[in-house]
Amino acid sequence: MYSRVLRRKITNQLAAVLLGLAAIIAVIPLFSILWYVLKQGISGIGVTFFTNLPAPVGVPGGGMGNAVVGTLELVLIASIISIPIGLGAGIYLYEYGNSKLGAVIRFLSDILSGVPSIIVGLLVYLLVVLPMGGFSALAGGISLAIIMIPVLTRTTEQMIRLVPDSLREASLALGATQSQTLIKVILPTAIRGITTGIMLAMARVMGESAPLLFTAFGSSFWNVNLDQPIAALPLQIYVYAISPYDEWHSQAWAGALTLVGIVMIITIIARILTREKH
Amino acid sequence: MDNQIRVRGFHAWYGHHHALKGITMDIGSKEVTAIIGPSGCGKSTYIRSLNRMHESIKGTRVSGEVKLGDKDIYSMDPVDVRRKIGMVFQKPNPFPTMSIFDNVAAGLKLHGYGSRTEIQDRVEQSLRMAALWDEVKDRLNDNGMSLSGGQQQRLCIARALAIEPQVLLMDEPASALDPISTLRIEELVEELKVKYTIVIVTHNMQQAARISNKTAFFLDGELIEYGNTTDIFTSPHEKRTEDYITGRFG
Amino acid sequence: MRLQQAAGSGSIERRQMGRLVDRSLKWLLFASGITLVVLFILFIIILFSEAGESIREFGWKFIFGSDWNPVTHQYGALPFIYGTIVSSIIAIFIASIVGVAAAVFLTQLAPNWLAGPVLFLIELLAAIPSVVFGLWGIFELAPFLRTDVQPFLQKYLGFLPLFQGPMYGVGMLTAGLILAMMILPTITSIARDVILTVPSEQKEAAFALGATKWEMIRLAILPYSWSGILGGMMLGLGRALGETMAVTMVIGNRPEIAASLFAPSYSMASVIANEFTEATASIHLSALTEIGLLLFAVTFVLYMFARLLIRRVVRVQGGRA
Repeated sequence: MYSRVLRRKITNQLAAVLLGLAAIIAVIPLFSILWYVLKQGISGIGVTFFTNLPAPVGVPGGGMGNAVVGTLELVLIASIISIPIGLGAGIYLYEYGNSKLGAVIRFLSDILSGVPSIIVGLLVYLLVVLPMGGFSALAGGISLAIIMIPVLTRTTEQMIRLVPDSLREASLALGATQSQTLIKVILPTAIRGITTGIMLAMARVMGESAPLLFTAFGSSFWNVNLDQPIAALPLQIYVYAISPYDEWHSQAWAGALTLVGIVMIITIIARILTREKH
Repeated sequence: MDNQIRVRGFHAWYGHHHALKGITMDIGSKEVTAIIGPSGCGKSTYIRSLNRMHESIKGTRVSGEVKLGDKDIYSMDPVDVRRKIGMVFQKPNPFPTMSIFDNVAAGLKLHGYGSRTEIQDRVEQSLRMAALWDEVKDRLNDNGMSLSGGQQQRLCIARALAIEPQVLLMDEPASALDPISTLRIEELVEELKVKYTIVIVTHNMQQAARISNKTAFFLDGELIEYGNTTDIFTSPHEKRTEDYITGRFG
Repeated sequence: MRLQQAAGSGSIERRQMGRLVDRSLKWLLFASGITLVVLFILFIIILFSEAGESIREFGWKFIFGSDWNPVTHQYGALPFIYGTIVSSIIAIFIASIVGVAAAVFLTQLAPNWLAGPVLFLIELLAAIPSVVFGLWGIFELAPFLRTDVQPFLQKYLGFLPLFQGPMYGVGMLTAGLILAMMILPTITSIARDVILTVPSEQKEAAFALGATKWEMIRLAILPYSWSGILGGMMLGLGRALGETMAVTMVIGNRPEIAASLFAPSYSMASVIANEFTEATASIHLSALTEIGLLLFAVTFVLYMFARLLIRRVVRVQGGRA
């Protein structure tokens, strides 16, 4: 009897240690990745990295200036397309979401947010690139927008649902129309949550490379035209990473540091914004 | 053995809230002791302190002494304490993924009760003691959640009895039940006191009067009066006790 | 009098305006919502029509054939399907054990001051771009596995075909590990959410029987949240199956079915990524699209199951509350 009690106590302690160990293991990859990206990338970061074009192997002073600008442009295009649609669909689900159509839209929005991003690229290739006759910044922006829309739809609906019903009823009781209530009362209350949702969605697509492979395609030149192929940080990192040259590898690390830096900053700011709210 | 649980100068805090203020009280063995008092008086905290269940809530502190026989339960392992002092809760809480049989056997398996037949015997015995056997003997493999609320509560009593505790704590065991199920539970308590020391918290004074040998009245974390149930309900010494049982507050 | 009239008609106009705004706003919102339906239908139509040629040409041979040759136009996707499934199984296996255990630790054992920050760190892992995982995988994880982990596995588990053969670093095992890290945040945070729905009465029931903390977890927490955790695992699996860049960078990209986890392999998403822009023949494009269609269908089905499982937990909880 005593040995059994002892065994149970030891099992309990052992389980606690193992569970704690799992939590430690779970945070190791983050620290390892951040550490290596910082260690390998910091030496490649400098003014020229952000101002210069990629240089051929052997030519010093190459940078990823065009890729940084390209990424920003792609995210901008994606945001311009997806924010109105995502917000609109999210508000629709809040206002009319109890209908059958609402249920369908909610379901499809969840399905779409789980579609592998490479398949989004495939769709946009067939739908935009082929008819337009070539790779383009626009096609890249559209594929990122398709990834952002379901994410924005969901967060918008969730954030609006956090607005107390009493506020909405108070506004309607004052004789405000539905749209006045929405624009003057509900959206301003939910705006903070929606903004964080938008920030997180932007951070997510900023790191996407698979859907850009055959839409934006990448480029070694400065380009801001919508109908031309455009460079993007993740694409440039990919191309450099799988190349056989050491100097390109260190450029890839510098690019990764830039990308991770931007994404982390946005994510952490978004996190702080939501935390203050509660 | 006459004073099976002895409580001396016992205090409990939740964070800054002083929930129990120096309780001293002896709980007799093989009797039913009822704890009454208005909500927030500390009666629930008190009964949960007797098997250290209050520790599952973060930020609790206690001081003082609770002895089971000659052992201080606060220097024992809580697992041993709860093995000896079983508990039944307000809301029936059978394990939803287990059959009726497995629910009763859950504690037995934890504590390593031997063979399959031994476990079967104990499960049957416990269900009989909980007056549930006849109703469930043909469907022991059904899910525990398929029973009615009153039956679920008796299942939980059987589950607590299966590991043969010395004491059974009941925290308003009938408050979530209909009158007929309540009556069954009360009859059950009557039968169980032959074998077990029972402490029951109740907000229902008629219930306390019907089933208990002794009654303790709590108010604002203090033990106001404690004595034979008939005395408490017919000739309380304290004005506050009288006010409470005559329904003047609470 | 005129003034009054003007004011009166003005307010009528305003009310009409208001109604007009209401109605046009409703249409705008409706159009946005419908966009998602249109998008979904587009996916189905475009993928099916483009994959049609390959479906007609190869039929079931496409799934069960293992010869993938763009020169002779033989397209059997089995090596890619195999690589995707095996690497995802490795990932789900590791990530589930670590993720669920971490979630149990964070909800049941860790003090609040520790649980919050640790969960945040795990969720931050999800923000790391796929390509950065790949970069780190090529230059840090793969060499580490080749020099330290794989020889160890071979020495002690080498009797299993899984751990035999030459060690390249890149290959199935590395891809599976990278995927495990990528889906870990999904599984951990869903497991945590589900575990938090376990009513305290359940925990108390276990404790009152004299259960230790671990026994309480086994008796009350895990059975209660099991189906929801399974749902989280399926969502994680869905992500793993479709993950592209990181896998492409570390899996080795060789379309062969090998017993050893050390050997290079290939995945469905990777072959699309690598060959799509070079596919000039329409049958090649069509075959790659069919792979995409398969992935789309599988993630769709997985998602439906996951949703059912997670919803069931929430309903049980709602019903008891």
